[in-house]
Amino acid sequence: MTEPVLSLRGLKKSFGSREILKGISFDVHKGDVVTIIGPSGSGKSTLIRCVNFLETPTAGEVLYQGKPVREAFHKLPLYRTKVGMVFQQFNLFHNLNVLDNCTVGPVKVLGMDKLEAERKAVRFLETVGMHGYVNAKPNQLSGGQKQRVAIARALTLEPEVLLLDEPTSALDPEMVGEVLSVMRKLADEGLTMVVVTHEMAFARDVSSRVIFIDQGVIAEEGTPADIFEHAKQKRTQDFLSRFRLQYGDAGKEPPRPQA
Amino acid sequence: MNVPETFTGWVVFLLQQYGGVLLKGALVTLFLAITGTLVGCLIGLLVGAIQTIPEEETESAVSRAALKALKKLLYAYVEVFRGTPMIVQAMVVYYGAMSIFNLDMSPLFAGFFVVSINTGAYMAETIRGGIESIDDGQKEAAIAIGMNHFEAMRYIILPQAVRNILPQIGNNLIINIKDTSVLNVISVTELYFASKSAAGVYYKYFEIFFVTCVIYFIMTFTASRLLRWWEKRIDGPSDYRLVEYDPLVDPCTEYPMTMVKKGGRRHD
Repeated sequence: MTEPVLSLRGLKKSFGSREILKGISFDVHKGDVVTIIGPSGSGKSTLIRCVNFLETPTAGEVLYQGKPVREAFHKLPLYRTKVGMVFQQFNLFHNLNVLDNCTVGPVKVLGMDKLEAERKAVRFLETVGMHGYVNAKPNQLSGGQKQRVAIARALTLEPEVLLLDEPTSALDPEMVGEVLSVMRKLADEGLTMVVVTHEMAFARDVSSRVIFIDQGVIAEEGTPADIFEHAKQKRTQDFLSRFRLQYGDAGKEPPRPQA
Repeated sequence: MNVPETFTGWVVFLLQQYGGVLLKGALVTLFLAITGTLVGCLIGLLVGAIQTIPEEETESAVSRAALKALKKLLYAYVEVFRGTPMIVQAMVVYYGAMSIFNLDMSPLFAGFFVVSINTGAYMAETIRGGIESIDDGQKEAAIAIGMNHFEAMRYIILPQAVRNILPQIGNNLIINIKDTSVLNVISVTELYFASKSAAGVYYKYFEIFFVTCVIYFIMTFTASRLLRWWEKRIDGPSDYRLVEYDPLVDPCTEYPMTMVKKGGRRHD
């Protein structure tokens, strides 16, 4: 098999005396869609934030194409352009319109020609169905639209991997669908993604691998079938059963708001 | 020569005699206030941006110590210049430069220097507040697309922070228009100095300073209106042009929007 795009080796993270991640290791190969699921407070978000060093890991190593990140890149910001990030709270730049939100990274960080960046941005905005909104400011958009622009912004840098940290958790239920369908589309196009999510249907249908994290360790991992149909660990089963109770079945869409 | 007898008569007479002098003084005042505020803002932006550099665990110990020392130094600058009166600073700078460095700067330059560093000290704190008022997510998103601290500040954080503190910058400009009057102690020929000289000739203090008062007010009021207009301009139009419609929020696509059908929410 070829070199994985990203590998985590014994990643640990503590905040003060509280150890959140207790040694996490896994590989992400080109074209993988890895979903990370687990109870709140299990360290999922901390983990994905450690991958692009928004949090500095306390111990362990992140490898980019087989090399430790700090050896492969003399500067961390350059590595971050290879690893796109989508946040739960969108974090679009309020002072820039939709188009500039997408082009500011390529132009200011990579030194790309402004016109070329705009061409790229429009292409990716089309992918997420937001190309009609190039002139809009972020506060004029709905939550789902903001998140789709945020995805286009990350894609305009043409990263090797896209990290998504609970991309639909801050959305009204009616807007979850539009963001998930964009993510499905990207997965179909072969984009490598690592997704922290509570959308079990997405994890089951779209991901190539599911990682279940509990109390800072990988409790279980495998194909969606392994996890959703034949979970071996009791805590995985317990966690998933809570979702079945809530949504009827993990494979179904979440319920819509009732009249 | 006919000596006027009424108040208005004196005002008109003095304006004819000294209007030019007062106008020149007003121009010096405006020059000092505007350049001082501008340079002060630049100092404030720089100090504010440095004060908010995170002390990263990953940097080397040497650069971390240097950064800490720099921050302490800037902190001292802010406290000293905020904590002493500008009139005293003017004396210390003007006469201090002469006696210690044997540097004979013009009163105008000394005035400009004092106003700038004084405003800088105030602006540093204002801008630090402005920077800290911006949601952490903005900085994180900027870092995540590969920006360093200064790029994030320049393109993302400061434009938002400056918009938020624009009223405070306006305050500083207006305060500077008025407070440059203290520079008369080092013989800067600004409006107050010019008025005092003019008043001394006929001992008509009330008449002259009434005129001075009106001139100061015209300057501050104009400045405040211009700043308001500028704020509005920065905010831009509240609507935007839609190029095409958004297929993903169309009620007939894969994920129907029950809320739209019920009329609970509009997407436009």
